[in-house]
Amino acid sequence: MTVSEIPPTPPPGTPPPPPPGRPISKPETAEPVTPELEAASRRAEARRGFFIALPSFIYLVLLFVVPLLLVFVYSFATRDATGQTVLEGWNLDSYRRLFSAEVLEIFLRSLLLATVTTAICLALSYPFAFYIATRGPRVRNILLVLVMIPFWSNFLVRTYAWRVILGSEGPLSQISQALGGEPFRLLFTNVAVLIGLVYGFMPFMVLPLYAALERMDWHLVEAARDLYADGWTAFRKVTLPLSMPGVVAGSILVFIPSLGAYVTPALLGGARTVLMGDYIVSQFLAARNWPFGSALSFAVMFVMLVATIFYFRAGAKTL
Amino acid sequence: MRLLARLIASLTVLAILVAACGGDDGAEEPDGTSAEGGESPQGATGAGCALDEVDGDLNLYNWSEYLDPELVTAFEEQYGVDVVEDFYESNEALLAQMQAGAVYDMIVPSDYMVGIMIQNGLLAPVNGEAVPNLANLAEQFTELPYDPGPEYSAAYQYGTTGLGVNVSAVGEDFPRSWALLFDPELTADFPGGVSVLNDPREAMGAALKYLGYSLNDTDLEHLQEASDTISGNLENIATFDSDQYDEALVAGEVAVSHGYSGNMIVGIGEAENPDDYEYILPEEGATLWIDNMAVPANAEHPCTAFTFMNYILDAGNGATLTNWNYYGTPNEAAMEGVDQEVLDFYAPTFEAEGLEIIEDTGDYEINFTDYLAQAKG
Repeated sequence: MTVSEIPPTPPPGTPPPPPPGRPISKPETAEPVTPELEAASRRAEARRGFFIALPSFIYLVLLFVVPLLLVFVYSFATRDATGQTVLEGWNLDSYRRLFSAEVLEIFLRSLLLATVTTAICLALSYPFAFYIATRGPRVRNILLVLVMIPFWSNFLVRTYAWRVILGSEGPLSQISQALGGEPFRLLFTNVAVLIGLVYGFMPFMVLPLYAALERMDWHLVEAARDLYADGWTAFRKVTLPLSMPGVVAGSILVFIPSLGAYVTPALLGGARTVLMGDYIVSQFLAARNWPFGSALSFAVMFVMLVATIFYFRAGAKTL
Repeated sequence: MRLLARLIASLTVLAILVAACGGDDGAEEPDGTSAEGGESPQGATGAGCALDEVDGDLNLYNWSEYLDPELVTAFEEQYGVDVVEDFYESNEALLAQMQAGAVYDMIVPSDYMVGIMIQNGLLAPVNGEAVPNLANLAEQFTELPYDPGPEYSAAYQYGTTGLGVNVSAVGEDFPRSWALLFDPELTADFPGGVSVLNDPREAMGAALKYLGYSLNDTDLEHLQEASDTISGNLENIATFDSDQYDEALVAGEVAVSHGYSGNMIVGIGEAENPDDYEYILPEEGATLWIDNMAVPANAEHPCTAFTFMNYILDAGNGATLTNWNYYGTPNEAAMEGVDQEVLDFYAPTFEAEGLEIIEDTGDYEINFTDYLAQAKG
């Protein structure tokens, strides 16, 4: 490879070219643009944008913001003796209970599980996404379809299938027995929960990683190699930082549903250890303690929000 | 943008108003009769209905697979009305719907939920004149702790919560006791371990019964003992499960399974070797649960509802119902028509002692959830 093949890079100090696809708000024409006209055009654009977004805006407010507000209001209410929520005598008792040792333990356990799930998903997905992104267009499309095929069947059905696979009559156990070993069962263990979560959420990690890697300008890696960086250094200094948006997006998409996972721990873990999702459900359905269940839900959302902001900041720094 | 901000603000205010209004209604209902008297349709619900009178289609809110479709068709033909059936999965979901203002002519809540709904003013009194077949109910189903009288409900079907046992796995001479779930030495030999209901009242109730207490016991020390009993055998409790307990049993995944009679009996009946399994009620006693027909206070067609109640309580129809859904019938007059097969299944229930109905324990209720969570660690 010769130096002449390196794409021309702008000299340091010049502003980067505008990203493609974004409308250029200030056309650099020779004609003088009056400030009034410019302002009017901006207003018109804002109005247009508002009307285009209106349906989804109404949808989100009615079906997301309003219910969320109701949950928030309920979290300060009281449970009466029959389990009905009384919307008076507002108090912070439910939030105070969040800091009891038992709740904190459940919370930390869920946090740990979500973190491990995210880490495993990332470790497995990155090489895979890298592989897909570096294939030719045909193979790439086939592989992408394969990643998405599991979505064609219901998540619950797929989790049930894992019950069979991990059960004492499942293929793993039968292979072990055929080799002269003991029958064994992963079902109803924490390992089974981890397998189920990683299986279920891996596509959410692969797809954003793929999107980030596919967009990458591979000439930059070539440049790094030309400058005597070894493979690992080129990856660490060029590829990884450039794929950070994918890592951040994928991690958030995996971490958040893992933290509140309910179906997988119940079906594959046998609900033997209490996790946040199970605990919240039991507050609503068994204890009929809606205020406390609402406070728990808000606490989970708060932690997710803080984690997301923190993660985005950390991700942005490396960019 | 200002328009957007205003829209958010007004919707927020609307949401808070809705919440606040809902709250006022909810708060006033329990103290009862004055509110009902003020709104005439509630106070008058079904009071003037005559025998076999219908005042519109029947909107029925029921558990799924609980009502024989042929009984529905026959009712529709006989009275010239349509029956529209919706389904719920838990008493709590039913309560939430009714409190949110859902309108049905008949609902089928379980025992403790009938008590809660009465306290919250959600049910209309049963009009005895329109339901003469109430006389068909066996005596024990007319003396109920949750609805003395009974004034607001009529028993629909009943069942128990007991144990499904894989006899080929645990051996012929197993103890008929909750030790099958909680004794570490006994259960250590069970291939696959045991399954316990993931329901705080049932799981803690089973442990309380094992210790010799009532399952409605409200002594925190006893509850702590029960919690320790469960945590002491976590090693052999393979799963806490309220949905697949019958499948797990017949698939050989667990040797003993804690579950509800109807599902367990149907599950065993569908197994490859039904004779390998047995449904038992532990000697220490177990849960008896009763589902009840009730007419909500806001029913639009109460007369049709009472006519339907009377129709289900008919001797012949009661037998048809039990032969179809395999649950116990509270209808004494219907017993003659019940298949021997179903009677055999329920024989242990008739002989069992120490059966108890779960009662709502009020403020104490949240402890069951907390102590089960604590037991799981």
